[in-house]
Amino acid sequence: MTRAGGGSRPDLPEATTTASDMGGPVSEPVAAAAGGTSGVRRGGARNRPQWTSWAQRYGAAAAFAALFAYNAVNTPFFMTQQSLVFVLLRQAAPIAIVAVGMAIVIGTGGIDLSVGSVMAIAGQVGATLVLHDKPFLLAIVAALLVAALCGLFNGTLVARFGVQPIIATLILFIAGRGIAQLITGGELQALANPDFQWIGLARPLGVPAQIYIAFAVALAAWLVMKLTVYGRHVLAVGGNETASRLAGVPAGRVKLLAYVVSATLAGLVGLIAVSANSASDANNVGLGMELDAIAAVAVAGTPLSGGKVNVWGAVVGALLLKLLQNTLISHGITKEVAQIIEGAVIVGALWLQRPEA
Amino acid sequence: MTTTVDTPGGASTGRRVQAGLLLQRQGALIALVILVVFGVLRYGSDFATGYNVSSFTGDTAKYGLVALGMTFVIMTGGIDLSVGSVAFLGGVVAIKVSEHGLLPGLLVGIAAGVAVGALNGFLVTKARLQPFIVTLATLLAVRGLALQLAGGRASVAAPGGFQKLSTWSLWGLPVAAWAMLLAFLIGAAVVHYTPWGRQVLAIGGNVDAAKLMGLPVRRTTFSVYVVSGALAGCAGVFLGSQNGSVDTAAGLGWELTAIAAVVVGGTLLTGGVGSVMSTLVGVLLLQLIFNLIVFENGRGDISISSYWESVIRGAFLLVVVLLQVRLVRRRGTGGRPA
Amino acid sequence: MRGITKRFLGSPALLDADFEVARGEVHALIGQNGAGKSTLIKVLTGVYAKDSGRIEFDGREVAFPSPHAAQLAGLSTIYQEVNLVPFRSVAENVFLNREPKRFGLIDWRRMNREAAAILHRLDIDIDVTRPLHDYAIATQQMTALARALSTEAKLVIMDEPTSALAEQEVQTLFGVIRRLRGDGVSVVFVSHRLDELYAVSDRVTIMRDGRTIEQRPMAEISRYELVSKMLGRELAEQLAHRRADEEGELAGQPPVLEAADLRRGRALDGVSLSIRPGEILGLAGLLGSGRTETARALFGADPIDSGTIRIGGAPVHLKSPRTAVEHKIGLSSEDRKTEGIIPHLSVRENMTLALLPHLRRHGIVDRKRQTAVVDRFITAIGIKCSSPEQPIRELSGGNQQKVLLARWLCTDPRLLILDEPTRGIDVGAKRDIQALVRHLADDGLAVLLISSELEEIIANSDRVVTLRDGRSVAGLSGGQITEEALMRAMATGSAADDAGDDAGDDDEPTAERA
Repeated sequence: MTRAGGGSRPDLPEATTTASDMGGPVSEPVAAAAGGTSGVRRGGARNRPQWTSWAQRYGAAAAFAALFAYNAVNTPFFMTQQSLVFVLLRQAAPIAIVAVGMAIVIGTGGIDLSVGSVMAIAGQVGATLVLHDKPFLLAIVAALLVAALCGLFNGTLVARFGVQPIIATLILFIAGRGIAQLITGGELQALANPDFQWIGLARPLGVPAQIYIAFAVALAAWLVMKLTVYGRHVLAVGGNETASRLAGVPAGRVKLLAYVVSATLAGLVGLIAVSANSASDANNVGLGMELDAIAAVAVAGTPLSGGKVNVWGAVVGALLLKLLQNTLISHGITKEVAQIIEGAVIVGALWLQRPEA
Repeated sequence: MTTTVDTPGGASTGRRVQAGLLLQRQGALIALVILVVFGVLRYGSDFATGYNVSSFTGDTAKYGLVALGMTFVIMTGGIDLSVGSVAFLGGVVAIKVSEHGLLPGLLVGIAAGVAVGALNGFLVTKARLQPFIVTLATLLAVRGLALQLAGGRASVAAPGGFQKLSTWSLWGLPVAAWAMLLAFLIGAAVVHYTPWGRQVLAIGGNVDAAKLMGLPVRRTTFSVYVVSGALAGCAGVFLGSQNGSVDTAAGLGWELTAIAAVVVGGTLLTGGVGSVMSTLVGVLLLQLIFNLIVFENGRGDISISSYWESVIRGAFLLVVVLLQVRLVRRRGTGGRPA
Repeated sequence: MRGITKRFLGSPALLDADFEVARGEVHALIGQNGAGKSTLIKVLTGVYAKDSGRIEFDGREVAFPSPHAAQLAGLSTIYQEVNLVPFRSVAENVFLNREPKRFGLIDWRRMNREAAAILHRLDIDIDVTRPLHDYAIATQQMTALARALSTEAKLVIMDEPTSALAEQEVQTLFGVIRRLRGDGVSVVFVSHRLDELYAVSDRVTIMRDGRTIEQRPMAEISRYELVSKMLGRELAEQLAHRRADEEGELAGQPPVLEAADLRRGRALDGVSLSIRPGEILGLAGLLGSGRTETARALFGADPIDSGTIRIGGAPVHLKSPRTAVEHKIGLSSEDRKTEGIIPHLSVRENMTLALLPHLRRHGIVDRKRQTAVVDRFITAIGIKCSSPEQPIRELSGGNQQKVLLARWLCTDPRLLILDEPTRGIDVGAKRDIQALVRHLADDGLAVLLISSELEEIIANSDRVVTLRDGRSVAGLSGGQITEEALMRAMATGSAADDAGDDAGDDDEPTAERA
């Protein structure tokens, strides 16, 4: 809720307008009398129906449940282990992981467009090292380190140089994929290191490893956000950066760390993707991942202007989107039309979140 | 009585912003000239042929059109991420009617662009959603729509009139290039000489002041998205006409190239300052890099893969962004996610 | 304007306000923060719609739907934050949305020519083709004025036009205003700088609490009377006046903080003060005198150009709020909405925000200790909330303020800076907070109390320092702290009885300006 001159961030989206929303018009005369010059006519707060707040918080879960039920009834073989675990959960897992990182970044009031490219870079780093017969542990660590460095790059631009997050992360978005392709020379290369491929292909207890990883990541993130000082700081910085700084919160460092986390998680997913495909494909890894991740977070009701981090919501969002996609496809709707519908759903979810007049 | 008193955040830093941007704009032009000279010197007659020039400019035309539309949007302080998908859509629908020739194709393509632009504009002005999110959603949806229309395959144009753009040329330059040049000239004139153009810049410069002065902010904002969509649709038609087909990956990443061109050319991403012609320089510059890489590969000494292209583009963007940040810092516009 | 009433969510910003401006007169509009000046202007110019009342302009009843409509009718406003487009040229800003055209296209030559002509009439000769931000604020304001004149304005409202101007420029502006008056154009001059108002206005209207209290010819009202009418009497119950603790154990201890000759741009022009433990130092001054700037400088929120700050005797460099917090200083901001509360977060989160580093155990927040602290303060201060988990934005202003106070109190500070701690709060909460502050001071906390309510300062301070135009003047203590003395200090810069508070002399020297 930083106050800035024209062209500033939009107000925090308020789902509920309770009568006790004292922060608003009552202090208006104070601000106005202090030489304020905003000439925008303000009516009273537009009354939002109560259900929008409920929708914001539980909408995604409810929609998921509804869709799930629908499929359970109408889609043959839906309730099988094959479809539920191997298709839905496994496909949603990578998106969920990235979405968790994205949720944290969005929580600080920023956004990370580079996740797809970072996936590609990290994946290629890992794959290349494995191909050169380096120990797989080294490959994994190196890949994650490289990803973290990308996050450091993003975070420095945003926190230290004050570049807008969308632009700062756009740079890696553009250049990152090229970097990844440079590492491997753009060729598809087959991998055969069983240790490395564990991440992508193993099935401990019959459940793909990715799902465990996704769950672990979500759990860890949730705990950190809920219990640690850092988690509180993220919420504070996203909620009102000015007030946070005045309260002594190291806003710059908080934001920097968020981007590092987001990139590292993206790197992890890149490794998963590469090992699952048993091949390194710099061209296609992570394509469109940023959109999926942002959509997952947005659909879950997290305001894109920051201040809230809903880790499990992001996970549900990822599941919802994947389920929606699969439902549409299994009913014969082409991937393309499915995309249209997804776009519409995102807009709809955002419309519900929109700031007051 | 020109006052010379320095007020904090006033005269001196303001002048520095303008000077810096001017330098940047000239910088892009200088870089362009340097690269051209470099190309001529290094690759000799191959590079400087009429053939290379004409194919280069003809190829760049579609990116130029998209960047032109993006310039207007960015000038108002907004952004349009959907242009790539719109171009794709425009190309696809144009090809569907390609048997009727180029003109109907153009009309249909532009119409498709206008429709999407109107949707974007509506969502931004009426529903008050952030341009970044809105155009991100339309990017998804429109691509899906276009893929659907294309049946998931490449669309091949009917032979004949529609594909004229690949053959037509005037005084050595392909018609497409002339069209781009003309569009830019008209665009520059519009920005400078019409009230609409001034309004666009005013909105980006200080939207509150614009509202206070009674400018039709909503209407103007709506219109820039329509224009951007129309130009993108047109660019898609060019694509289809020049290549004779539109494949399923068409338009991917065009928005980024456009944004990079606009920014490199010297327009502030936060809006309010900029120049149409400098976007043209930006487009030419970025495309030239690609062109040079092709030639470098042709020489056979070193092999710079085309992957370097995106890296270099990203690097350019980085440099420009840092420059802009330093210049604009004191102006104190808050960060915005979109 | 007659009987104008305007409410926001039931809270009246304007109550039955009357305002009248004659043709060809310079009319001053004066009042403290929240008195309703800006709202009145905004209702007049069409930014807001009035709830009731009647507005007549130029003999006709009007109700402007927008500032633009008002401009077209001849009523223009020049804002404190020059609301023009900085990147565009001067000429363009003058004519934006009304550019002279030829064949439908903008005629730049004519536009530049006419803009230069208008500015020339104002005695400004500049290159109108250069971008607006190339010029100093003064010139930018002239451009805004030129814009108003180009619409053939009959009434020009100037909202705090001189706050960013240097002395020379102010005089130029006055010259222009006088010329306008001569031309039959009326000017409404909104300002808090008494010297200026006396220098240039014919009549003055005083506002307070949304009402227009009085309207008088400038020559007939003394500075002192003006200020007293502006500040009025508070309705809040009075706490017993605080007696300076002369003999207590805390007296005679070294000051917690000493500031010497702080300077920052145009906002602070030599502020010096010192606060001892257990002492409440009141900081009084009119709006714009530099109170909040002082608070921010003492908290490290803004850098200072020169001057020294000593804490516990040792000089410190407060480069950020975090440093200040480490030195055990707390600041409760003036504007709790934008600088205080994190709206979505709970009472508990907001309260412990500054304390988090100390609640850390292996990086995790120690919930038990946190809850203990929160509960303790909720009961100690009397915060009314359904539970500590309630989002703070649902609380009333008074309770929000209490939470913010608790935020600092739980860090056990040595010095607490309170900037307008009881603004916009109901009477009961106000009393609670004041009592709390006094109690804490009795226990040894040093407090810097900033308030625009004289009553509050008088009732609660051991000593008072007054600010005037960015400079600290008149330190008063104990029995010297009276309303009269304070008002004199704020009005004239001196607390003495016979300091220049004569009724408006037009040629009052505008001394002591930065």
